[in-house]
Amino acid sequence: MSKETHELTCINCPLGCLLTVVVDDGEVVSVTGNTCRRGDSYGRKEVTNPTRIVTTSVPVVGSATQKMVSVKTAHDVPKELIFDVMRALRDVRVTAPVSIGDVVVADVCGTGVDIIATRCA
Amino acid sequence: MPNKQYDVVIVGAGVSGCAIARELARYDARVCVVERADDVCCGTSKANSAIIHAGFDAQPGSLMARLNVEGNRLMYEWASELEFAAFPVGSLVVCVSEETRSGLDELMARGLANGVPDLRIIERDELVGLEPHIADEAVAALWAPTGGIVDPFGLTVALAENAAANGVEFLFNASVSAINRNGDAWQVIAGDSTIETRAVINAAGVYADEIHNMVAASNDQLRIIPRKGEYYLLDTTAGQYVRHTVFMLPTAMGKGVLVSPTVHGNLIVGPTATDVDDKESTDTTFEGLAEVAQKSSLTVKNVPLREVITSFAGLRAHQDAHDFVIGEVSEALCFFDCAAIESPGLTSAPAIGVMMAGLVRDRLGLPEKLEGEFVPTRKGYVNLMAITFDEWAELCKKNPAYGNIVCRCCRVSEAQIVEVMHRVPAATSLDAIKRRTGVTMGRCQGGFCSPKIMALMERELGVDPYDITKCGPGSHVLVRESNREGR
Amino acid sequence: METRDIVIIGGGPAGLAAAIAAYDAGCSDVVVLERDTLLGGILNQCIHNGFGLHTFKEELTGPEYAARYVACAEELGVECRLGSMVVDVSSDRCVTVVNPERGLYSIQAKAVVLAMGCRERPRGALNIPGFRPAGIFSAGTAQRLVNIEGQMPGRKVVILGSGDIGLIMARRMTLEGAQVACVAEIMPYSGGLKRNIVQCLDDFGIPLLLSHTVSRIEGKKRVEAVWVSEVDDQLRPIPGTEVRYPCDTLLLSVGLLPENELSREAGVELSPITRGPVVDDSLQTNVEGIFACGNVLHVHDLVDYVSQEAAVAGESAARFVLDQVQESDSTQICLCAEGGVRYTVPTRVCPSRMPDKLTIRFRVANVYRDTFVSMYVGEDRVLHRRKRVMAPGEMEEVVLKKSDVLARPDTSSITITLEGE
Repeated sequence: MSKETHELTCINCPLGCLLTVVVDDGEVVSVTGNTCRRGDSYGRKEVTNPTRIVTTSVPVVGSATQKMVSVKTAHDVPKELIFDVMRALRDVRVTAPVSIGDVVVADVCGTGVDIIATRCA
Repeated sequence: MPNKQYDVVIVGAGVSGCAIARELARYDARVCVVERADDVCCGTSKANSAIIHAGFDAQPGSLMARLNVEGNRLMYEWASELEFAAFPVGSLVVCVSEETRSGLDELMARGLANGVPDLRIIERDELVGLEPHIADEAVAALWAPTGGIVDPFGLTVALAENAAANGVEFLFNASVSAINRNGDAWQVIAGDSTIETRAVINAAGVYADEIHNMVAASNDQLRIIPRKGEYYLLDTTAGQYVRHTVFMLPTAMGKGVLVSPTVHGNLIVGPTATDVDDKESTDTTFEGLAEVAQKSSLTVKNVPLREVITSFAGLRAHQDAHDFVIGEVSEALCFFDCAAIESPGLTSAPAIGVMMAGLVRDRLGLPEKLEGEFVPTRKGYVNLMAITFDEWAELCKKNPAYGNIVCRCCRVSEAQIVEVMHRVPAATSLDAIKRRTGVTMGRCQGGFCSPKIMALMERELGVDPYDITKCGPGSHVLVRESNREGR
Repeated sequence: METRDIVIIGGGPAGLAAAIAAYDAGCSDVVVLERDTLLGGILNQCIHNGFGLHTFKEELTGPEYAARYVACAEELGVECRLGSMVVDVSSDRCVTVVNPERGLYSIQAKAVVLAMGCRERPRGALNIPGFRPAGIFSAGTAQRLVNIEGQMPGRKVVILGSGDIGLIMARRMTLEGAQVACVAEIMPYSGGLKRNIVQCLDDFGIPLLLSHTVSRIEGKKRVEAVWVSEVDDQLRPIPGTEVRYPCDTLLLSVGLLPENELSREAGVELSPITRGPVVDDSLQTNVEGIFACGNVLHVHDLVDYVSQEAAVAGESAARFVLDQVQESDSTQICLCAEGGVRYTVPTRVCPSRMPDKLTIRFRVANVYRDTFVSMYVGEDRVLHRRKRVMAPGEMEEVVLKKSDVLARPDTSSITITLEGE
């Protein structure tokens, strides 16, 4: 396999560094354009195994203050599983009281990642 | 079989229909107003200049001239009786070139012939004193102190509520599809209802020709031409840019647009006048809005158009003869037209109401209600912008919901919104609540408050949020089929 | 009448950070007035991640970021009054507030911190011809409906404007099963953060149409379609370029405006560019004892910067109350924005009082590549830093050293400008 060059915008922080990632025979040989270490690891991951944090909200039962509780994947999950995660959450309801960090769904879609609450209710 | 029986059915709950209903309520009669929309004031009455014409425009001797001047007088009387906003700020017809100055004299003479009080021609110096932003070209103006501004929604709702309080019924979402003679009576098919009535009043605005033509002889057909007028509405920060309603004296170059304060403290600029085919075409156009912007400068300098918060278009019910058509239709006994009510129709509405109620009373021989049975007054709405903090504090003590501000741009509290959902006729759509309380009309245009208003509608009206509409069937705010289905 | 040292108007990220900083500076007679029924402001509906990288060195969602400040305020015992809408602020710092339980009442404050946030620019300002049917929402309203109310505003969506909320909502609506046909942006560049374009549009194949706008709205009762046209260099739709997108919803993300009605009532001078108050290095407005911070001062892109800025306002308010610092005690130097710098916050600095290092925030007027940001104290260039790329959607900052100002005692102005080399 020959060398491939990927131009990416780093999404780790709002700086949005423009990264150049060179891949040779499936191996990342260089990441340039980043201003921090997170940019380097993002560049490597994005061309081999892109991941994302998924955030959404689910209905809460028995809360005096709100109808919905916001949730997120506790860590990033493979990008291609974003819609599977959403499907897994489609019929999920939680019951108050809820605290930030409470596990709403454990090991979502077999990713080993939990869905946790990002808000109290 | 008819499922309802009345003495009078009024087709159309615009300002004319509601004024007629209110005046008919003085008599012992069963009256029903049928309306195709979900609320009163949804057609021509809703989208216009919102001004009270002094009465110098119409041809002396015309019905228009008489009803305008009479309507102007009644409007201010009714404003205190029925507690809606109408202010005699005065109007100016501005002459922008010496060559057309004679036009001012003609207008003045016409006004005098029509019986308009206190008209005066003022010179540039005095004009600049009244309106510091007047165009440099302005040379003189016709000053009409009885000209004014009115809240068209406030007026129409007040008339409808007072009519309802005096026994008039309202049937909404009921478009009239047929009117048939049935022995001595008329049979009106309105929405799902079949209504039998002794008399019909056609106050259907731009559709008055279609209603008329359902019953009139083939040689007595009516044709209403929808004439589109487009407007800009500016933020209250620009509301005092002019203090009076400023018209332009027409020149060879055309008619100009008016610039006027509104009762809500905004500035209104418009309208255009374009005849259209489609009676539903209340859409604004690129060209129309550009024309309003361009013409605004003919009488007023540097109108701050960057303060525009919305634009809208209305359709006037124009007819070639350019006079109101008010009276019984020949060969259609007890069928009355109230048609071609174009400008100054809003101003004339009170006089139209009185006149039409008189015609129907005489024709049907309706007796007047007994002393005390007709209540001519109606309690208006609280306006937190127009009261002092001390008065507001008192209201909060009586009802804590006055302390919960829902619409921060126009300062409207929960108490006011809840109230209009429980009056008769009730406000049951977002636009209906907006027209009565002013919510969503401010600079955020509903961005912050509409979810909160919807939550109140859910609580007070017991409706599913997905059934809430902006302005009746078909205008649902939310879209039900989503992957949240079943939640 | 109730009297308090500091009244803070707004319990969002700015108000809370200001309150905490005031406490830390030794002033504990503070009350926060929040119109909503809970603290946190707009962060409560910003459920996406990406907040707090600067402040907490981790990536939080909006509610999590807010919760940290709420917890801190609670720990300190900051009094926060919820459901409390301020309806008037006078120039002598009398604050009138209304609340369902307490009714309408006034508080006399020694210092006031304005932290009311901003609102979205509505459709009216855009003059899109057509009907005004149901189905037109500002992106933030749609965000509230989906995230807080659990309600869907539509199924087939076109978004006008590529502000961050619009980009975030493009992804949010897509995740909830809606189809987002496109995002149209009238300018030749996006108004949002690059990362949001990548992870909210590119990830889902949603096209971003630069130099395009909505030229017509179809549908009398509910949106049925919108027409999207390319625009010329005067930003006017080019006839013949329009494409019709059938849809039931149009979301608008066309800019944010600081919410300064109360400031205006109080006699606070506003900048025609930011539409927020004109402030000095202590974030004090022209009205003595009235300070401003957060999105009411100028619209930020990152909440971390809001928190930092608000802490300055809170601390300054505390110092004003405790030390009786008088505006008239000291001379001030003007800060000028030139050459592509649209504005600066602050616009005045007081050399004797300013901190050793003063952060000056600004936005640029266009997209600039490989351009230098320069700062001049009088005629002397004290800073010259190359930036790979700058865009109007992203706030920039420079640090002004007190020593650089004090070394030039005769200086009458400080200039921030962009330079090619």
